[in-house]
Order: sequence, then structure tokens, then C-alpha cells
Amino acid sequence: MLTEFLTLLPATLELGLTALLIALVVGLPAGSLAAVKRGSVVDHATITLALSGYSMPVFWWGLLLILLFSGTLGWTPVSGRLGVQYHFEPITGFMLIDSLLVDEPGAFASALRHLILPALVLTTYPLAVIARMTRSAMLEVLNDDYVRTARAKGLSSWRVVNVHALRNALIPVITVIGLQVSVLVTGAVMTETIFSWPGVGKWLLEGVYRRDYPVVQGGVLLLALLVVGVNLLVDLLYGVVNPRIRHAR
Amino acid sequence: MRASTAADPAAATDPGVSRSPFGLFLQAFVRHKGALLGLAVFTIVVLAAILADVIAPHAPDAQFRAASLQPPAWTARGSWNFPLGTDPIGRDILSRLIHGARFSLLIAVGVVALSLVAGIVIGAIAGFAGGLVDLVIARLMDVLMALPSLLLAIIVVAILGPGMLNAVIAISVVFLPHIVRIARAAVMVEMSKTYVAATRLAGAGPGFLLVDTVLPNCIAPLLIQATLCFSGAILEAAALGFLGLGAQPPTPEWGTMLADAREFVLRAWWVVTFPGSPS
Repeated sequence: MLTEFLTLLPATLELGLTALLIALVVGLPAGSLAAVKRGSVVDHATITLALSGYSMPVFWWGLLLILLFSGTLGWTPVSGRLGVQYHFEPITGFMLIDSLLVDEPGAFASALRHLILPALVLTTYPLAVIARMTRSAMLEVLNDDYVRTARAKGLSSWRVVNVHALRNALIPVITVIGLQVSVLVTGAVMTETIFSWPGVGKWLLEGVYRRDYPVVQGGVLLLALLVVGVNLLVDLLYGVVNPRIRHAR
Repeated sequence: MRASTAADPAAATDPGVSRSPFGLFLQAFVRHKGALLGLAVFTIVVLAAILADVIAPHAPDAQFRAASLQPPAWTARGSWNFPLGTDPIGRDILSRLIHGARFSLLIAVGVVALSLVAGIVIGAIAGFAGGLVDLVIARLMDVLMALPSLLLAIIVVAILGPGMLNAVIAISVVFLPHIVRIARAAVMVEMSKTYVAATRLAGAGPGFLLVDTVLPNCIAPLLIQATLCFSGAILEAAALGFLGLGAQPPTPEWGTMLADAREFVLRAWWVVTFPGSPS
């Protein structure tokens, strides 16, 4: 059970981390921008998009994206992690890294093309949550005195927003990111089923269909441990971001 | 809310308008465009659920073999006989959607009722009893909350077996810890107030104290949580149905319809596009 779990885990991690990365790279700037340009078209667009991402059922959204990108446009493959013409033994289990290591031309591009759509589907909800949270946290921080002081010192607004404000706005955002891990696990079960992604979520679900109780019990326990572990890490991360928390007794 | 009051200052200061609490609520509600839109959507879904037999053009399980996988009416090969097209075995998608509203609402009502009743009982006991009982219940709920929501539902379904009733139970278990926490916190807050002490001094027993004195004052936050659970339950039920763990295939439940249609995605877009859109 454990070996099976560990061979499948990298696939899920790869998907989940990519999704989280997209959510951070897009969500933080989008949220900050919406907060800085409060009430503008950008702000309203961000809120509206975030709200739709919030309430979008993963399974339907995934099927629609397949329809558009794989069906109509033919840009991305429908399922799996790698084109059938490539084959190699897993080294790290992370397809993106493996495909670079084995020196097969085109393998990396193929892995990337397979990854992009599931990651987009999985990122939707966390992205919406992170963008909204960043926006509200930034709005609060931007009204603070020290931000006015920083502006009065003549610092560029780029520096004020990104160095002074964002760092302090990050605390609630980090909390929310930690909570997203649980959402990502849930989403991974759905996403892996839709895209036939050979990860932990799909394996777990097949365990349920086959009434394979050791798989279900063990898999759920390990995933729950993962979620709890990540949330512990997030708690420790507060201290890194905010020294006041580190010294508080 | 902000925009609409600014746009219409006359109505806000008009002394002639109703001043009763309900009237004020109605005014605020009508001015809030989002709330009106939500009410409209909700009304349509409820009406569809109640009148399903009357307004649906066909029976949800009637199979028109001659017209399987027929596209929607506005495309070249479609016909107004099947406004949103048909599925692989020739069932009308619109009729199935309308009937599906029944199941989704039924599941949501069932989940909210079940988790609310169980949650209030457990939470009230924890908050009221305190001590060891409270500790055990609170930790147990923490454990339930640590498990990702869908995963928890999947475990429950794996134990009970797939089916709509079991899906309702599974989703109730997912929402249970939230209700328990809120009920427990509310009861604990109320217990510390003086009116409770006064009632206790007047000779009220623990049962009367809890049910008649404390609980009525804990309802507000629980009702809010219940409404949140309602929409959550519909989505979770559809997700379980999609995974084949909720309502089983002949039932026209939205998630199950999506799962049925999955293999036809690339050939027939209408079978997957419409079942998802109401959610």
C-alpha cells in the first residue's frame, strides 16, 4: 500500500504544486493590483472573475476546458501525463524533471502539454480565493500610517506596494494558502478522474470502486497527514514572515 | 448595496415609505441587485423542481432511440422537440435537467436538516456539559475537519456503499463539524450570561435550561451556517454523483448526468455543457 502510494504521490504533487504555483503567480499580483486600483475596471474584473472561479464546480469546468482546448482548438491532449511515443523509467517520479533528465527530444514539451490543462482546472478555486484574500488584506494595509510614511519619504509606489505593503498583507494570505492544501487534495481527486491523471486521487477512487479498504483507509490517512503537516509548516512560516510572531510569548 | 443607495438617495430619505422592520428589510433587499438576481435564480430552480412533471416536455427516463445524441434545437440537425438535445440513449436533456432540480434540492434539504439536527444536539451537549465530554467532542470534530471535505465524503460512501441516501449521510458528516463548532461556541457564550444564571436560580433543570432558555438564543449563527451549507451540499452532491458515488445512473441527478456523458465529450458537446450550467 505504502509503496503504491509513494509511486503515485509525485504525480499528484506535480499537479498540485503546479496549480498552487499558478494560483500564487497570478493571484497575488491580481489581488494587489485590484487593491491598488480600487473601484477601477481592473478591480471589478478581478472580483467578478474570482467570484465565478469560487462557485465553479471543478468537474464541469474541467470538461468545458477539454471541450475548448482539446476538442475545438486541439492544443492540448485530453488525458494522461505523457505522449505514448515516449517511454522511460521514472527517476524522481516528477514527469517534468524526468523528461529533462532522460534526454529524449520532445518529451519535456509533451509532459508540459499534458500538465497544463489539469493544472489550470485545479488552480481555479485556490486562485480565486488567493486573489480575493490578497485584495482585502492589501486594502486594509494600504490605509495604514506606515504606508503613508513610506510614500512621504518619496519611495516609488512600486516599492511601497511590493515591499512595504505586500509583506504585511501576506499573513492572512498565507493562512488561506495553507487551507488551500485541503482544497487541492479534494480537487485533485476530481481533476485526476477527469484527465485520467495517474495520481493518488484516482487511485483512491478506484480503491472505493473495488471496495479495496486498505487502499481507502491508508490513502485517506496519508493524505490527511499530508494536509495536517502542511498546515503545521504554514504556522511555522508565520514566524518567517513576521518577526513579531516569532518573539511573542 | 453601496452603488444603489448612492444612485437613489431620494428613496432612502423619503418619509412616506414603510418603517416596519420587514418593510425596511424589503427595501434593502429590492435595492440590492445581487440579492434579487439570486432570488430569481432560486425561484426558477424551486419552481422547476415543484412543477417538473408539468413543464418538462418529456419524461426524464423516456428513451427516444431514433433521436440519440441529437444536438440542441438552434443547431442545424436539432429539433424543437428536444430543446437542449438528447443524451446517448435518446433521453431529453432539458427534461432531465428539470427533474434533476428535484434531486439536487432534495439532497440539499436533507443534508442541511440532518447535519443541523445532529450538529445542534452534539454541539449543545458539548457546550452545556463542558469538561471531559466537551474535550472529547471538540477533538473528534477537529479530526473530522482535518480531512479534506470530499475525501471524508468518499470514505463514508465507501463504507456505506454508493447511493443517493448514503450521499446525503456522507455530505452531512462533512458539514457536521462546522455546525457542531458553531453550536458549541454559541451555547458556551449564552451559558455565561446572567439571564441563564437567573433561570438556573429560579430552579430550572438542565434540560429546560438548555432547550428552552439557551438554544433559542443560539439560532442566528446556525441559520447563517445552514444557508451556506445548502449551496455547498448541492455542489458536493453533484461531485459525488460525478464520481459515481452519489445518485446512481438512471436518476436524473446533475452530477450523475455529467459522468454518464463524459465519454461523449468530444463528439457531442451539449451532453456535458448543459447539465453543469445550473450549478
